Amino acid sequence: MISLPTISRRGLIAGGGLLLSGCDRVVRQPTIEGWVEGAAGLHMPAQRLLLGRDALAREFREADMSPTFRSNGNTEGDAAWAAHAAEGFARWSLRVDGLVKRPLDLPLTALKAMTQRRQITRHDCVEGWSAIGQWQGPQLAQVLAMAGLMPSARFVVFHCADKTGEDPYYESIDLVDAFHLQTILAWGMNGRELPVEHGAPVRLRVERQLGYKQAKYVMRVEVRDTLAGLYGGKGGYWEDVAGYQWYGGI
Amino acid sequence: MDEDKNFTPFKGRILREGSDAPRAPARRHRLSTRLWHWANVLVLLVMAMSGLMIFNAHPRLYWGAYGANDDPAWLEFGVWTDDAGANHGGITLLGHTVETTGIFGLSRGSDGQELALAFPGWMTLPSTYDLALARSWHLAFAWGLALGLAAYLLWSLANGHIRRDLHITRAEWSPRSIARDVVDHLRFRFHDDGYGVLQKLAYAGVLFGLLPLMIASGLALSPGMDAAAPWLLDVLGGRQSARSLHFLGLCGIGLFVVVHLAMVLASGPVNQVRGMITGQKREGDRP
Repeated sequence: MISLPTISRRGLIAGGGLLLSGCDRVVRQPTIEGWVEGAAGLHMPAQRLLLGRDALAREFREADMSPTFRSNGNTEGDAAWAAHAAEGFARWSLRVDGLVKRPLDLPLTALKAMTQRRQITRHDCVEGWSAIGQWQGPQLAQVLAMAGLMPSARFVVFHCADKTGEDPYYESIDLVDAFHLQTILAWGMNGRELPVEHGAPVRLRVERQLGYKQAKYVMRVEVRDTLAGLYGGKGGYWEDVAGYQWYGGI
Repeated sequence: MDEDKNFTPFKGRILREGSDAPRAPARRHRLSTRLWHWANVLVLLVMAMSGLMIFNAHPRLYWGAYGANDDPAWLEFGVWTDDAGANHGGITLLGHTVETTGIFGLSRGSDGQELALAFPGWMTLPSTYDLALARSWHLAFAWGLALGLAAYLLWSLANGHIRRDLHITRAEWSPRSIARDVVDHLRFRFHDDGYGVLQKLAYAGVLFGLLPLMIASGLALSPGMDAAAPWLLDVLGGRQSARSLHFLGLCGIGLFVVVHLAMVLASGPVNQVRGMITGQKREGDRP
């Protein structure tokens, strides 16, 4: 017996035609949908009130780690990324731009030369599963400090090399999470270089949020004052495409 | 509420048959109980149906902190294809698979097409696979469940409902009293003079056990909450244990609802439903 895989299930259903039942008509009624999405606006302020800026996600011991860490989403980047991958990312660099005083191009060696943070944390997918793994990399705060934020900076956007549909993957977080102690640009996983299926050469770890916020194959870090104008305007690929909440803390 | 000239104010005393109390509509349920009851019908239905949709996104349950496809699951919904090419759905509990084709694992959509879904569309909200929308509904109504339960418990503490109607007395805890209530239930003999001991146990179990468990285990699934309150996962045994307990809690609530509805049907449904709507019932009415 095989467990139900998400992707093929979606495929099965997509072919199934969408005959809305009466219940679904209520669920998708715009006023009611607006009310439900409005209630979602309570989640983030309520959690931030409880969390504060600094509360840490739990860190585990090596003995607590998952024997295999499931990879999810895309397992490779686009053609430009593939060219870098073929060279072991030797000529790859991370672009840091937007509302910064000093735009940067940071090669992998520069990221590895910065003060490192290593953390064993639990990755929680929005689908419900969890995996525990070890991540290593510089804090995002270090990179942002090096670039110097302009006063109008409010969001940090991660542009990625992988594509599910038309647009490349992208995600964003606010400055509270961007400057959180455990928010790192991970180039290492479980004591090795970040494997390709987990987003080589660099992925984001923002440990107090769900898996879809942990952008893989990060090519560019863009600092912005608003999420309006970024693709669909909701701040992330799954947020724009499928209506997932931008705040992934819950 | 209609004022009847024979109306006797309810003072926590149950008007007993044969007493000198007037045969007037007796107060059966307080306004707080009635409001919470009907709000819960809606809230719990939405929570359960959207919750099953969320479960469909990863229909495997584990114990401990982590758990994903490569880890052993204690409960799993799945599909398989036989040699003749026919698809089957089933549930594997602790390694034993039971075929459930047509309902769990594999069901048919409204157009007759086979769908590989843990819970069929007619049980979920929305009826087609939409994790994002189900989460929005689940998390919005969770506020209603949590704040509603907190308000109801405080209100019931203040107006004496818990002390007078739900508190199980020492005499009621005696095996003899419990045995008598079991026998009464088996004989379909239902009494009107307040809740019986089994009824109290059921209500108290839901109020102080299952619903708080659902709220705590639901909160523990949020990575943000886990950073704010790490003790939640210490108590529940890890995030995947919390997810398993969240599912088992739903099974418990489902069982309660089935028994609750059966008891309403067995004990005079018209009078019972009227009691839960108007707060009054005719004294002396018997099923």
